[in-house]
Parts: sequence; C-alpha cells; structure tokens
Amino acid sequence: MSDFFSRGFGGRRRPPEGMADRIPPGQYYEAGFPVLTAGPTPDLDASAWSFRVDGVVGEAKSWSWEEFHQLPFEDVPCDIHCVTKWSKLDTSFRGVSVDTLLEGVEPLGGFAMVFSFGGYTTNLALEDLTEGKAWVVTEHEGEPLSAEHGGPARLLVPHLYFWKSAKWVAGLRVMDNDEPGFWESNGYHMHGDPWREERYWND
Amino acid sequence: MERLTPDPAAALAPKAPGRWQIGTVSAIVQETPTVKSFRIELPIWMPHLPGQHYDVRLTAPDGYQAQRSYSIASSPLDSGAIELTIDRLDDGEVSPYFHDVVEVGDKVEVRGPFAAYFVWSGEQPVLLLGGGSGVVPLMAMLRHKRRVAPELPMRLLYSVRNAADVIYARELALGDETAVTYTRVAPPGWEGHRGRLDAAMVAAAGVDPATGHAWSCGSNGFVESASRLLLDAGFAPERIKTERYGPTG
Repeated sequence: MSDFFSRGFGGRRRPPEGMADRIPPGQYYEAGFPVLTAGPTPDLDASAWSFRVDGVVGEAKSWSWEEFHQLPFEDVPCDIHCVTKWSKLDTSFRGVSVDTLLEGVEPLGGFAMVFSFGGYTTNLALEDLTEGKAWVVTEHEGEPLSAEHGGPARLLVPHLYFWKSAKWVAGLRVMDNDEPGFWESNGYHMHGDPWREERYWND
Repeated sequence: MERLTPDPAAALAPKAPGRWQIGTVSAIVQETPTVKSFRIELPIWMPHLPGQHYDVRLTAPDGYQAQRSYSIASSPLDSGAIELTIDRLDDGEVSPYFHDVVEVGDKVEVRGPFAAYFVWSGEQPVLLLGGGSGVVPLMAMLRHKRRVAPELPMRLLYSVRNAADVIYARELALGDETAVTYTRVAPPGWEGHRGRLDAAMVAAAGVDPATGHAWSCGSNGFVESASRLLLDAGFAPERIKTERYGPTG
C-alpha cells in the first residue's frame, strides 16, 4: 500500500462502533438493501418456479415449489457484501441448505454453474457451496423474498460477493472444470472473496 | 538490490486494468447545483469502452479508506485522461469530498476501467434511456458515437426533475438526437414532454424495436419502468442492458 493520502479527507461515514472488523476492505456500512440487476426483473410466479441439480452427477434431481417446501428450512443470519462497495450487516434469510439439495445427488465434479430464470449464471467451486456455506432462500427478514431481490427464490452465499448469490435461481449444474458465469465473463473475479478484495479479473 | 535491467514483468504489469494509480485533476465543471464533472489525467491510461467505470479510493491520514465506483463520461478518444461525473449525495462521504474539497491540481487515487457488460461496442440502432445522473455512462456512448460514427442512429431519452437538473445541458442536441422530459417542473414555455418516460416517448424516438439495442441507467425505479416500456415496445430482453444506481455516496 502506498503512503498516499487524500488532502482534506477525514472519513465521515465510518462503520458504527464495534462493527469495523466486520466490514471487508473497500466496503462501507449500508443500512438499506440496494437493488442491482443487469437486466429487467423477470415476472416469475412461485407456481412456475422449480430448482434442479444436474450436470456431472450420479443422479440429477429437481423440485417444484411444493416439493421444495417439504425440505428442511433453516434460518440464516448473515452479513452480505456487494462488489459495488456496500455491506449490510445482521440481516437474515430463510431457506434450504445446498448440502440438503445435494444429498443423494453424488456430484462428480468440483465446480458448479448456478443458473437463473432470465438467463443469469454464476460459477462457484463446490467447496464454496457445501458444508453450511450456501442456501437457496425464499424469505428475507421474515417476509417472502421480493421479486426485485430475487424472489421467489435466490441463492445465498454470504461469504462471497453478492453477485454470486444468484437471484431467481433455477438450478445448479455440476462441472468438472471452473468456467466463468455472467459477471465473471464481464470483468469480475472468478472467486469473489470480499476479505481478499477479489473484485475484478486482475485482483 | 537494484536490478540492472528492467524487470519485463514489471514493465507489462501496469498496462493491466485494475492497478491503483494516482491521477491529477485538471478540470472541474459544475454541471448542475449538485453535479460536477472532474477531468483526471492518468499516468497509466488505457482506452475504455463507453459505459465502463473507474473505482476511486480516498485515504484519510489515519489510514481509513473509502471506495466508490463512478461511470466514465468521456470518450475513449480523449486519451490520457478520463472524465468522471459525480452527483453529490449529502449523506455520502466520497461524493461530498469531491464536491467540497477537490480542486484543480489535486491528486486522486483511481483504478480501472472495469466491467464489460453495460458497454456500447458499436451496435446499432441505439436507444439510450437515462434517469437523472444515470445519463453519465450514456453520455460516454453519445460522445464517442459523435466522434467515431456521427451518422450512426443513437437516440437519448433523458428524464430529469426540472431544468436545473439537466447534466451536460450545453452539449445535448435537443430534437434529433435527444429528447428530455421534466417529471416535476418544466421550464417556462416548454412544449416538449412532461411527466415520467412513457410509451409515446419511446415510440417517438424512432428506434426500431426489432433491430434496436437499448441501454437504460438510473435509479432502480426508473430502470424498472424503462425496461417495462422497452419490453412492451418489442425490444428483446437480451438487447436491453440496464445499470441501476445504488447508493454511491
């Protein structure tokens, strides 16, 4: 890091007391929940929603909205970090762990392409999706997830930048090799760890 | 130990986008009461695509840092410099710093250009829909088009609250190229569009939805309604690109 500093800058939006160590480098504390999407918000009714796991797997599986709700749901308290610099602390979602969705599927590859209604994709290593690190969620802070935030269901991977938490999620395809998804093809990092500030290709 | 010959990797490295560098502010334009444009000369400049952004990082004497992203407003033909147009958000910390503190000659730390989705790469015909400061990346597209392909069909529909909020007012060619609508107060004698962007305004722009490409930028509410108008007009979803301005204080 250089010894450069900005003339006359004191910093007037520092995180609240005791929260500074929960804000990754280059992020700022945001109390709201901004909306950022690359295209129009799709019209997607819960009755038309489904989720599937396929690709290089022992057994592909899929769930309708009704079937999905027979699975065990968990509350997920978390902090989330958007690559556009805001971090939201102490929020919560409710949904089904990806571990549950992968039971009996027998993934044979180490990577996944997560895909959405509307065509969005994002790639993740399977190790970032398993062991209690990722969920398919349908509720945010006790309310059904709104369409603009990805409802009826979105992926939630709070330990990575939030573009990995695909809105309107439709499924995940297990792959042998890592391949770039939508933002990862458009200049953003393949992995996206906010604590290592993996924002863009060369980070 | 000092190297006797330059490290070839070091010579190449600065050319990659994304390295922090210290630019110098060489011009400031007050666009509206709350919007200023900053021309920043860069030691390591690389051409951007219209629509891309730079990250800006401020550092306080105690090491505290704040970063934000700002769209580039200039054409990549302006080599050696970028122009960032910044809306002053009262509860922010980077935009008020730029507005209240930064003067010509000041140094600012930036890196870019970034992101390759909300960019114009020569597609045509083009319809641009901008709400408020969402016009900034669209202005980079319009400025670049004027210089590289003046005859290329590109139309801008620009929604602002009132006349004082029109960014780049002296540069916008109202009529053929740009149509403005005033959502709150129109200037005296105004005979053009009033109220929110609507289907009639999209139709009057004359960009064929069957072949047209659209870029829409503004607040989330603006972009949602603009996207809906474009879809209803017959633009294919894959040819509608949107960028929503979140809080970028």
